[in-house]
Amino acid sequence: MTDTHSLTGTERQDRQPEQISHVVVRFAGDSGDGMQLTGDRFTSVSALFGNDLSTFPDYPAEIRAPAGTVNGVSSFQVHISDHDITTPGDAPNVLVAMNPAALKADLHRLEQNGLLIVNSDAFEGRDLEKAGYDHNPLHDDFLASYRVVEVPMTSLTQLATEPLGVKPRDAERSKNFFALGLVSWLYSRPIEPTVEWIGTRFKDLVKDSNVAALRAGFNFGETSELFDHPYQVKPAQLPPGEYTNITGNVALAWGLIAAGQLAKLPVFLGSYPITPASDILHELSKHKHFGVRTVQAEDEIAAAGMALGAAFAGHLGITTTSGPGVALKSETTSLAVSLELPFVLVDVQRGGPSTGLPTKTEAADLNIAMFGRHGEAPLPIVAAYSPAQCFDAAIEACRLALKYRTPVILLSDGYLANGSEPWLLPDPATLPDISVPFQTATNHVAEDGTEEYWPYLRDPETLARPWAIPGTPGLQHRVGGIEKEDGTGNISYSPANHTKMVHLRQAKIDRIANDIPLATITGDADADVCLLGWGSTWAAIDAAVQRTRRAGTKVAWIHLTHVNPMPPNLGALLKSFKHVLVPELNLGQLCRLVRADYLVDAKPITKVQGLPFTSAELENAIQDALTEGAGK
Amino acid sequence: MTDTAVPLTTKKDWVSDQEVRWCPGCGDYGVMHAVQALMPELGIKTENTVFISGIGCSSRFPYYMNTYGMHSIHGRAPAVATGVAVARPDLDVWVVTGDGDALSIGGNHLIHALRRNVNLTILLFNNRIYGLTKGQYSPTSEQGKVTKSTPFGSIDHPFNPLSLALGAEASFVARTHDLDRKHMMATFRAAHAHKGASFVEIYQNCNVFNDGAYDAVTGKHAREENMIDLVHGQPIRFGAEGHKGVTMGTDGQLRIVEVAEVGESALLVHDAQRHDPGLAFALARLSHDDHSPTPFGIFRDVERADYGTMVADQVLAASQKKGPGDLGALLRSGGTWHVGG
Repeated sequence: MTDTHSLTGTERQDRQPEQISHVVVRFAGDSGDGMQLTGDRFTSVSALFGNDLSTFPDYPAEIRAPAGTVNGVSSFQVHISDHDITTPGDAPNVLVAMNPAALKADLHRLEQNGLLIVNSDAFEGRDLEKAGYDHNPLHDDFLASYRVVEVPMTSLTQLATEPLGVKPRDAERSKNFFALGLVSWLYSRPIEPTVEWIGTRFKDLVKDSNVAALRAGFNFGETSELFDHPYQVKPAQLPPGEYTNITGNVALAWGLIAAGQLAKLPVFLGSYPITPASDILHELSKHKHFGVRTVQAEDEIAAAGMALGAAFAGHLGITTTSGPGVALKSETTSLAVSLELPFVLVDVQRGGPSTGLPTKTEAADLNIAMFGRHGEAPLPIVAAYSPAQCFDAAIEACRLALKYRTPVILLSDGYLANGSEPWLLPDPATLPDISVPFQTATNHVAEDGTEEYWPYLRDPETLARPWAIPGTPGLQHRVGGIEKEDGTGNISYSPANHTKMVHLRQAKIDRIANDIPLATITGDADADVCLLGWGSTWAAIDAAVQRTRRAGTKVAWIHLTHVNPMPPNLGALLKSFKHVLVPELNLGQLCRLVRADYLVDAKPITKVQGLPFTSAELENAIQDALTEGAGK
Repeated sequence: MTDTAVPLTTKKDWVSDQEVRWCPGCGDYGVMHAVQALMPELGIKTENTVFISGIGCSSRFPYYMNTYGMHSIHGRAPAVATGVAVARPDLDVWVVTGDGDALSIGGNHLIHALRRNVNLTILLFNNRIYGLTKGQYSPTSEQGKVTKSTPFGSIDHPFNPLSLALGAEASFVARTHDLDRKHMMATFRAAHAHKGASFVEIYQNCNVFNDGAYDAVTGKHAREENMIDLVHGQPIRFGAEGHKGVTMGTDGQLRIVEVAEVGESALLVHDAQRHDPGLAFALARLSHDDHSPTPFGIFRDVERADYGTMVADQVLAASQKKGPGDLGALLRSGGTWHVGG
């Protein structure tokens, strides 16, 4: 980066903020140090200030891993900018390390000559040992390639809170606010919104202690000579309108609420707590005044069963989970395919298999979403691509489920779930009407003239069956998992009927291809290389494509929001490129699908570290493909 | 419904057009006829009634009822039915299940539906065998049972379904059997009238794979001596002219006694409405084998708020407090800023 700080710049003496275009700050500390909260506050204030931003919380699965150890380090990275950005940044420009373990865990991420702010009080004795240092890295030239600022945050916090009567041991808990105050000064962020926020979140002495620490940190920046001057990242030139800062899980939950409103149906969520999906359950549970019913079920299977029961009864039935829960819900999802009822399964993916990496991101559930059911059990798959876009993706998943009376899997992931970005709020009046009518009258006349209801008499266009809900007189009917006769819905073991039903269920899903947006090319349609992405790789691909093109190389990009069925023009588009690269946080799951479906020689770019792609990684992959291609 | 009211429906209205496919002689027929005969007496509508089942012989039941119904997944009927009942407290939701379905693969859902007190009428057809899969032992089969999967005899200790239900905080627990339509109808009527989860164990004969499992209790010649009819508020007596009874010793143990020896005043008086489930639990475990006196009727029937109503109340309270949901306000609830233009 060329436009970040000059710490020792003697050219500026006025201590007026220096304008910079963007900065990536990473707060790192022990799990108990409140780093997520610190990062979140810095983000909120930057959002209110009008910056574009993108965040990446990175924390361990253990609630309290042994204090002071590298395993217990919790970090929060935020990228703030005066222009449009999509990623939380590859390498931080600033690392705030609250203890030696945080330094050990995150130093390798900091850019060369980056700013390293450490809580020097924590760099002694046991803490160094626990982090695995046999020496104090602050005392030799170990950190020579960084600009190190040592701040005794613990003792300064204790001094600042002592007049309030806060015991030194308790004062230590406020040191994250000292760090926040200091960084707030450094980047010219106002602290008043946070003072106000502290007032709503904490009480009594804890509140006063946190406010005192925050102010002390801010004032320390201003009065100490450690920093030559502060910096400022101007508001971004975003499209005009009203914005909020939102995480993927909240956007997804709000999307489900919106879908209920747009469908004019009560939302029913059956869910079982699982990282990183639980926040959707928490969020939906808050909004009962929208007619939202949430049940925390006894297990994943029950959660899905309840949602399907509610769908049968006429609600918008939804279940939310992560990978292991998808496996448990598989049988219910297959039943939903057979019952042909609307049902939405949200999978917030995490590192797998099994418990895997619960708090780390991965996108390796595409295979289970596509194929993880018994029998021929196709269903539509929608994939969200950014935190805010989870809102639209949720509405789209519900639209397809309702219109086609089918289970839909909506894929998000840990990176989207916990990451945040500014969101230009949509006008609710412009959101689509996704309501579908219930069947209220008989739809068939028997040979003897009797009016009947046939639950599997399909709409000739969508192939969807009618949805008659209990309470509707004259339309009593039974559905079940046993194969049924098309039309009447009666149990049928006929070979010809089974063939017909298997093909009908497939055809119904295939036809959805005509009801979704066509694939579009971003970048250069005449490039040799085309990237094909899905899900949260969107941000890194976007940054990599922009950089590659700025550097004078042509590159194209197609991003899928509908992974099954895929847009009808996708095959032809992919065939028009010499190289198709598919970046995925798995070992090439989408890549295998497009190779099989379109006979395109697509190549995977894979990463399975529990971390998102950096844009540099993708930039290099594009260059490698071109170099390799040229060599052939 | 009072006795003088004109029924909304007749039995015929409750019978679907589907051919019943249980084995000839199956105890399931008796239960189905009892349910179909009872429905008109309940004063409810076919379209407001939902039967949910799992998988197994008895789980074909919904297909034979002219109501809304779902033949769902092995063991999952209580979960699916919970979704229906919570979404639509206006509906009458029945669960039909068997000993394998409810107590083995679906044990978790059963206990949680009972604990939550979801407004469901749960009919557990207990034939103590897996019928649909052609004769393996079930979680209620007696130890030593020789079946296809236990050629040397089952070593599994069986569940007592009523003990399990009571342990799971069930608010209504009863037992009946497939040979006595009148008793079944009376039991189902009470189960239906109970608000919350009602659990009814039905001793049901599988004449193909476990014929005569209950003969020593419910058989014509055994009934008088081995069936104890529990009547709320009455001393627990049975046998020819009620010569036997049940007492509780100072050690808390229930004992079967000759009334002539202890006197009627010493007999235990049945109280289905006792808050503490201890007595119901003891009665549920009175019989230790298949040849001993076994209580039938309503063991427990206590009031406790039902889950669907409580969910609906929370939704209503939230709406009254905050007004109807406003999407625009929701989107702004996290704080917003304006970018000019």
